[in-house]
This record gives sequence, structure tokens and C-alpha cells, in this order.
Amino acid sequence: MVVAKSQEEISLMAHFMRRAGFGASREEIESRCEVGYSETVEELLAPSNQIPVDIYEFIRYYPMWWKPGTMGGLGQAGWVWTMINTPAPLQEKLCVFYHNIFATGVAKVDHYDEIQDMIDMFREKGLGFYKDILLEVAKSPAMIYWLDNNENHSDSINENWGRELLELFTMGVGNYTEEDVQECSRAFTGWTLEHKLPRFHMGRWDWHFKFMEEDHDYGEKEFLGQKGNFDGEDIIDIILSKPATAYFIARHLYSFFVEDEPQVPAWSVVPPNNPGAVEFLAEALLDSDYHMETVLRKLFHSDFFKESRFTRVKNPTEVVIGTLRLVGNGNLPSPDILDWTGQIVYMGQDLMNPPSVEGWHSGIEWINSGTLMKRTNFMSEMIGDYSRPGVKKIIDRVSSVSSNPEDVVDSCLDVMGPLTITEKTRAELIEHVSQQGEFNWQSDGVTRALELLQLIVATREFQFA
Amino acid sequence: MNKNRSKDPVVVVVQLSGGNDYMNTVIPHNNSLYRDYRPSVNINEPDVIQLTPEMGFHPAMAPLADMYREGNIAVIHGVGYENSPRSHFRSMDIWHTCEPETLGTEGWLGRAVKQIDPKKENVVTAVSMGPSLFRALVAPDVPVATVENLDNYGLLTDISPEQKRDRVLDRYKKMYSPMIGSGPVMDFLGQTGLDAMKGADILNVAPSMYSSTVEYADTSIARKLKGIAQIHLANLGTRIFYCDLGSFDTHADQLSTHNKLWTSASTAIRDFFDDLEEHEAADNVTMFLFSEFGRRVYDNGAGTDHGAAGACLAIGKGVRGGEYGQYPSMKGGDLDQGDLVPNMDFRSVYTTLAEDWMKLDPIPIVGGQFEKPEFMFPSTKN
Repeated sequence: MVVAKSQEEISLMAHFMRRAGFGASREEIESRCEVGYSETVEELLAPSNQIPVDIYEFIRYYPMWWKPGTMGGLGQAGWVWTMINTPAPLQEKLCVFYHNIFATGVAKVDHYDEIQDMIDMFREKGLGFYKDILLEVAKSPAMIYWLDNNENHSDSINENWGRELLELFTMGVGNYTEEDVQECSRAFTGWTLEHKLPRFHMGRWDWHFKFMEEDHDYGEKEFLGQKGNFDGEDIIDIILSKPATAYFIARHLYSFFVEDEPQVPAWSVVPPNNPGAVEFLAEALLDSDYHMETVLRKLFHSDFFKESRFTRVKNPTEVVIGTLRLVGNGNLPSPDILDWTGQIVYMGQDLMNPPSVEGWHSGIEWINSGTLMKRTNFMSEMIGDYSRPGVKKIIDRVSSVSSNPEDVVDSCLDVMGPLTITEKTRAELIEHVSQQGEFNWQSDGVTRALELLQLIVATREFQFA
Repeated sequence: MNKNRSKDPVVVVVQLSGGNDYMNTVIPHNNSLYRDYRPSVNINEPDVIQLTPEMGFHPAMAPLADMYREGNIAVIHGVGYENSPRSHFRSMDIWHTCEPETLGTEGWLGRAVKQIDPKKENVVTAVSMGPSLFRALVAPDVPVATVENLDNYGLLTDISPEQKRDRVLDRYKKMYSPMIGSGPVMDFLGQTGLDAMKGADILNVAPSMYSSTVEYADTSIARKLKGIAQIHLANLGTRIFYCDLGSFDTHADQLSTHNKLWTSASTAIRDFFDDLEEHEAADNVTMFLFSEFGRRVYDNGAGTDHGAAGACLAIGKGVRGGEYGQYPSMKGGDLDQGDLVPNMDFRSVYTTLAEDWMKLDPIPIVGGQFEKPEFMFPSTKN
């Protein structure tokens, strides 16, 4: 006999799945509760136990995606499809996390294949050591080209990569000098790429990392107070030895997984909302040599994480992927994949094409009159479509309750979250159901419940994860 | 044409994102140091569009050079602020909020909207041609319409029939109305939802009212400026428009990238003003171009790195054409870490726009009293 799980267990599991993944249907949440919270955390932290999404199946329907080159929309489609269908959602969530830190875009790279390679690297190494990820990023041809390290020469440095490595990827403004930026750049001279000739009109040769020994500055450098003949890897080691780095990455983790924080440029000026939590994560990073799996396990088991429900505005990827995973029918051959990719763009997050190397401004900055309109329109269209299997399941579930408007509203709110909403919003929803006369599941109940679901996804409260 | 057209002063901000290279935009072509510093990333002397014996424009700016000669462009030199952080993001924040020391959350134009329309009578007083809403426009309780595409701008457009959509929209409006004590984030969401609804109803009419002989190019800046022209010509009371163009972050391959950017910008700006002229709606519009910083004086072989001082351009009939301020000294000893030192505070430039053009009290907008470069004629209204 299935023992009904407590509302708190359901609510916590739903919270975990929203943050570590892209949300989950009530059926999934209930079966995960049967297994347990710790076990579910472990499952998501071990993506290699899952059967990966078969990208070749995707290529069968979209052969051009294999090397999308410069084709907007299609360039991101393989990743979007993977996010919709993955059985290992944390792995994809981490790709979004790293992509937002190491924000690299086609606006300049002009080559989706190379950015896709970077995402694939995040998928493979995202739960490993941050140092390995930094080294891979430093050698990523997309990043090298994006931040001009191919123009960083021993006789004439280009400090773009050197600066952003310190400012955005590790330490944050205020923890290094202009001289450190230049010395850091010197250490990465000769880290370049080869092959960037056009292959044919819609593609490119693959790029590869290349170390040009003759263009590397082997001279002594003085960096963050240390002297030596440092190369790029030495620089990364020095950076990671600084508590400021652990603190900075802890803030990234906190603002992505726990609670909306001010934007990155503000971090040199504004302290964290929860300094204790950030300290805790920073310590976990230092103690584990920046082992992301270890740190995330601690994060997911912390009280500050468990208590942070609905304190983050969903980013557009979460909105679109979460909605599609909920309503279902995201399988191939769906011709809608390009539209879904576009929806994420319209809501303000052009994946693989961030507005700048700073990534996207998050939290409430996702919301403006234009993007709020786009999210509301997309979610309400999807949730109002009774032909989608996930919608039908929601209706089947709620239609077992009485026809009392309050019960109808409460059970819809429960299945859609469980969602915590203000009394005022709840009263409006009840009034909406009541105003159309007596509610009856036998007559127009389903249509009216769908309309109610459309209103629920349009609420302010539903914009939070 | 339209006698009832509002003559209220309008400002169109074009943000050149990424750090536009001042020295290759407004070129000190007669200064031998220019060529010393820029062995690789320079504009050949014969290609510079010479406007004075000392100063010329980038060759891609020919349409703007014509407007300069007609007296409709002011070049404001050496704009910036002290202790430039050389970070795009921090610097853009500073330009947006006028807070160089602390972290500002309110945008200077958001504060301007508050003065223009204190009772929030018009939710389209400010329009951001998105997809993003620029922080310069953000202020508590200030509505800003963020428009990505004017042609499909509307809320819950998929719900039909009309009667059902109206019912849902009516409830939406009630759900989004102010809630006491729900906090600033919920307040912001509530306001944004209501503004989106109202703004869509107003802005929807603009494309259908529009016709023009001007054919804009198929570039992102041209699409944005065309959208701005449509809204301006629909006479909806919009006073502040904002859009951006980028990326000017030319660490590498600068000559070709910079050329492309300025070609698309100059063409689109000329088409925009031609469009407004055709409808006799140009006189009350001033366009303002700025970038978060200029670039380093020395080139790096293929591009230029982050610098400090830059130039602003003001364009329109209300502008007193010419140059304002001084080109910062390029002499080695006068540079700061290899950068031109700003000699005009950006808040001075904002003050002129706010006070002389928009007829607003500039002090709360820019956060203090700043000397004004007099590059604007007083606007006719008021």
C-alpha cells in the first residue's frame, strides 16, 4: 500500500526538482518521495548512471544540427532538446550554470559548433573539479576567440581573457590590480587556436586548442604577490588558492541555486543576502579543492537551501524547459523545437549568445513588460492545451475533487507546485471559478479548469522557483 | 502634417555597447601621436572624413558627417568619470545610474520619467526597444514599455474567443493590482504586468498608422529605430526612447568590425531622421549616443583594449552643432595607465539634456549639480 507522503515532503521534493532540475510532474515527485530526499540528491549527482539522451536520434530528424555553424535557432536546438528529455536534469542545469558564468556567444564566435563543444564539456565535467573546468575553458577555442586570446602575443599582450578570468570567472573586481591583469595575460600568451577557415557556406572547420611555444612569454611574472615563470595553469592554481575565489564562486552557486542576489558587478559593493551561507559554500569549496559534486551535495542538504522556496525568479530556460517537461509531448519528431528555442530567446535568454561575457542579469531583471508578456503567453498556451499528455494528467488528478470552487482552485495550486500564493491571488482565482456559475466536472468543468490553469501560470507567484 | 502632433521634447538614446573606440570615431587626424599610438589600428589619412583641421569622422560615418556639416550634430569630447574601472559592466552601471561610488539601482532616465509623468498617466512615456530593459530606465514605480517586436505585442493573445480572453485579462488585471506589504519584487511584478497590458493596447496601433517612403536597412539597429519612429509618429506621448547597438568591444579585428557597426548605425540614423522629416516630426527629437568607455590609446596589433574617456554625440534640429570640451591630451605624460583621461563628467552631458532639452530639474536626475556644456538650443515647448 502506498503511504501518502506529507505535504512537507512533497513540497521539499518539488523545490529540489525545480532548483536541481527543471521541475517535475506530481507523479514524479511522489515516486521520488517514495525513494527519499537523500537518495534523490544522490541520483541527480550521479548522472552517469542514467541513459543519456540519444543525440543521434535528434540528428536523424535535424541532420543540419550536427554542425549548425551559424544557423541561429537550430544552433541551440540540440541542447534544448536534451534539456527537455534528459533523465539527468542536474547535469543540464549545471550546463546552464556554467554557461552563464563562462558566457560565450555566437555574436562574435560566429560558430555554434564550438560553443556546443563547450556545453558538452560542462555536461561531462560539471560535477568535477572547478580547476579542470577552468583549464578546459582556457583551452576552449570558442573562449579563446571570444576573449581574443588568439591575439594575446608575447610581444603585445591582449588582456581581454586575462581580465575576465579574474573579474568574472574567479575572483571578482577589487581582488587584483591592473598589473595582475597584465601579468595574468602574459602567462596565457601562446594559448591560441588553429583552423578557422570556412568549410563551406554554412559551416566551419573545427577549431582546436594550440599552444604556440614561440609566442609564449616565458619571462618571470609577478602575480598576486608571487613571482615565478608562470604559465596559464600556474596562474589558475594561484587564483584558486585565494579565499576570494572560493567566496566569489560560492556567490555564483548561491545566486543560481538558492536565492536571487544582486548582479555580479554589484558583488564588490554589496554583501550577500546570507553571508553565513556563502561562507559555508566557500569553505566547502576550499576544503574539497573546489569539487563541485561535494559542494552541491552540501548545498542541497543545507537548511538555507531547503528553506529558500520561491525566492528565485525562474530564468527563461527554466520557464520553457520546465513547462515542456510538465505538459509533455516534447518527443521527436516534434517540429516545434525551433519555436521552443525561440521562446527562450524572446523571454530574454538567447542561449549560446549571451548579451556579454558577464552572462545574463538574473532575478527580477528577467522581468520587463515585454518578457513578462512572452512568458505568460507561452505558459498559458501550453497549459491550456488538453491534447498534451501532462495537461491531461493534471486534469485527471484535479477532477477527482469536489466541484466546490475552493477545492478546485486549491487542488490545481497543489498539483502545479505545491504553489504558495497570497490570499489575495487565491481569492481572485476562486472568484474567477465562481463567477461563471456552478462548477460541474460533468459539463464544462474541464474547460474551466484549463482556464484556471492558464490563470495560475500567469500569476506573479508562478514566476518564482 | 498632423497639426495636433505633440511638440514635447523627445530624446532617443542609442547605447553603443562594448566600449566604442573614441580615437577611431572622432579622429584627431592632425595629431602625429595618433599614428604613433596606432600603428595597426588607425584610419588612413585620406579616408578620414575631415570636418575641421583637427577633427574628422570615421569613413563609415559619411551620413553623420553630412548632418554635422548641416549643424545638426554636437560632438562632446573627453566624456567619462574619475577612476574608470575599465569593466564593461561596472562602467555601464555607472552610466545608467549616475552612481560612480556606490551601487545604484535607479536609472537616470527612470528618474526623468518620474518628473515627466509623476502620476503615471502614460505607461508609454518611456519605451525600451528590447529585448532587454536597460537599467538607465529602471526606477521604482516607473512604467517602461519594453518592446521586442511591435507587430506581435500583446498579452495572452492565444486565448480565444475574445469574450474568454477579456474575462481572463480582466482577472489578470485584478490579480496584478497592488498588494499591501507583499514586498518590492512582487510590487515590481505587479506593476510590470499591469503596464504590459496597458502598454500593449496603446502601442498596438502604431504599426497600422504608419506609412513612409523611407526603406530602412535590414539591420538590428535599423529595425529598432524604425520601431521608435513608428511609435513616435503615432503620437502616443512617448518622451524617452532607448535602444542599443553592439558589440563595440573590439579587442581584435577592430578595423572591419568597427566599420560594420558604424556603417549600420550611420545609415539607420540618417534613415530615421529622414523618416521623421518626411512626417514633419523631427524638430522635437534629439538623439544621444554614448558608450561605457573609450578604448586604450595604444593598439594591440589587431584591436584595442578597454580605456577611459570617450565621446558623446547629440543629433537633431535642437542641437547646436559643433564641438564641446577638449580632446583629452594624448601626450604620454598625460595618460592614465595608457588611457585618455576624461575631462568632461558624463553627468554634465546628462544635465544639458535633462535641463535644456527636456526642461526637467537635472539635480535629482544626475545626483548633483554639474556644469553644462551648452550643446542644446532650449526646446521650444514650455
